[in-house]
Amino acid sequence: MAAEENTPIIEIQNLTVTHFEKVILDNLSLSVHKNERLAIIGPANSGKTTFLRCLNRLNDLSQGFKVTGKILLNGRNIFHPATDTAQLRRKVGMVYAVPVPLPWSIYENLVYGPKLAGIKNKNRLDELVENSLKAAFLWDEVKDRLHMAARNLSGGQQQRLCVARVLALEPEVLVLDEPCSALDPISTAKIEDALFELKSRHAIVLVTNNTKQAARASDRTAFFLMGQLIEMGDTGRIFTNPVDKRTNDYLIGAFG
Amino acid sequence: MKRIPPAVTQAIAVTCLWAFTLVTLAILLFIIVYILIQGLPGISWEFLTQAPESMGRRGGIFPMIVGTFMVAGLAVLIAAPIGIATAIYLTEYTREGKFTFIVRFGADCLAGIPSIIYGLFGFVFFAIALGMGLSVVSGALTLALMILPTIVRTAEEAIRAVPAAYREASYGLGSTRWQMVTRVVLPLALPGICTGVVLSLGRSISETAAVMLTAGSALRMPHSLSDSTRTLALHFYILSREGLSMDKAYATASVLILLILALNLFAYWLMRQVTRRMG
Repeated sequence: MAAEENTPIIEIQNLTVTHFEKVILDNLSLSVHKNERLAIIGPANSGKTTFLRCLNRLNDLSQGFKVTGKILLNGRNIFHPATDTAQLRRKVGMVYAVPVPLPWSIYENLVYGPKLAGIKNKNRLDELVENSLKAAFLWDEVKDRLHMAARNLSGGQQQRLCVARVLALEPEVLVLDEPCSALDPISTAKIEDALFELKSRHAIVLVTNNTKQAARASDRTAFFLMGQLIEMGDTGRIFTNPVDKRTNDYLIGAFG
Repeated sequence: MKRIPPAVTQAIAVTCLWAFTLVTLAILLFIIVYILIQGLPGISWEFLTQAPESMGRRGGIFPMIVGTFMVAGLAVLIAAPIGIATAIYLTEYTREGKFTFIVRFGADCLAGIPSIIYGLFGFVFFAIALGMGLSVVSGALTLALMILPTIVRTAEEAIRAVPAAYREASYGLGSTRWQMVTRVVLPLALPGICTGVVLSLGRSISETAAVMLTAGSALRMPHSLSDSTRTLALHFYILSREGLSMDKAYATASVLILLILALNLFAYWLMRQVTRRMG
C-alpha cells in the first residue's frame, strides 16, 4: 500500500506561467500521488488558482496566459498539442470556489458530463447519479427530488452537487479551488468528510485559504508564495515543524 | 437661497416621470386607437380573403397578406441563421480584436442606413445585376440584409448575458466548445434571440421603401418566389398616396397593426414558455 501511495499520478516539471508578461508561477516542480489529498496553501496572489487551472488547462480559455514546462498526467504531457482537452477535463475534475449548478434539475446536472462522455444507457446513468451523490454525502437529502431545479438547493448542497457532478465523470484526479470558501461550517465538514472517503479512489488537490482546513483535510501540504513553491511535505510536519521561516510566518499569521 | 426639502423634490420628480410616461402611453394609444377606429369598420371576412378590384378601390387584400408573409418570412428565414451564426462566432469562437470590432462596427453602421438605400441596393444588385427582377426573392434578400445587423446584435447581447460561470462549469465537465454552446449557452440565450428575430420579422412586415424597389407592387397573387408582389405596408402607401380609397387604406393599416400586435404577443408567450421550462 505504501508503495502505491507514493506513485505519482501527476508530475509537474519546471512549470512557469506568465499572464501578459507578469510571472504567475515561477518554475514549479512537484508531484501529486495516487490516493493522497494534497493541500495547497498560501496568501492571495500566490498562484494557487492558476496552478489548479493549469492541471485541467482551463487557463487556455482566458487571454494572455503563456505556459512553459511540463505537466505529466500518468506520464503523458498534457500540453502536448494532440491532447483532447475535453477528455483531460474528465480525468482532472474540477470544483470551483463558487458552486455553479447549471440551470437544470439535479439529475440533469449530474448526467451532463457522463452524457458528453458518450454514456447513454439509462441504468448506467442512474447508477452514476446515485453513486456520485452518495460519495458527495448528498444522496439522502435529494434522493426524492432528483428532478427539482438544482438552484433551489442551499449553498452547501449546491457545492456538494458540484462535487458529485464531477465525481460522475469518474475522474482520476479531483481538484478543488477553495470549495468551502462560501460555505457554513457544517457544509464544510461534510465536504471534508467526503474528501476523506474519496482519496481511496482519486488523487485530490485542494486549494484552500483556510490553513485549518489544510491541516484537517490533507495528507501533504504545499506552501505557495508569489508563484513559488516554498515548502512541501507531510501535513503534520509542515504544520508542526516548518523548515522555511516564511512558511512558519504564514502559518502563525504574521502575513497573508 | 432656501433649500428645497428633499421630500418636495422627490414629489416633483415622481410627478414629472409619471407625467412623461403617461405622454408616451397616450401617444401610442392615440395612434393605434385612431387608426383602428378608422379602419376596423372596413375589415371583414371578404376584405381579408378576396383579391382587390379596380386598383384596390374595392375588394380585399388577400394577395398582399400572402405577399407580406412570403417576403418577410423568407427574409427572416435567410437572415436568422446567418445572424445567429455570426453572433455565436463573435461571442464564443473568437477573441475581442480588430476583426470583431470591424464586424460589430459594420453591423452598427448597417443598422443605421435608411431602408430606401437598401431598396436601391437591392434593386440594382438583386433585381438588375443578378436578374431576379422585381420579385419576392429580391425583396426578401434585401430585407434580409436590412435586418441582419439587428439579429446579430440582439443575438450577441442574449448570448453575452449567459453567465461566464456556466461556460466554465460546462468546460470543467468535459464539454467541447460546440457542446457548451449548443447545450448550455443557446438554450439560455434563446428567449433573447427569439425577441430579436420577432422584432426583425415585425420590421420586415412593416417595411415599405425597400420592398417597393425590390418586390414591386403587383396586385395579383404571387405564385412563386420570382413573382412580383405588393406587401401590406406598400399597399397602404399606394392606396393613400394615390388617393384610391382612404377607407381601404385605414383598413389595411388596421390589419397591419393587428398583425404586429399578434406577433409581439406571440413572441412574449413564446419567451414565457421557454423561460418557464428552464426555470
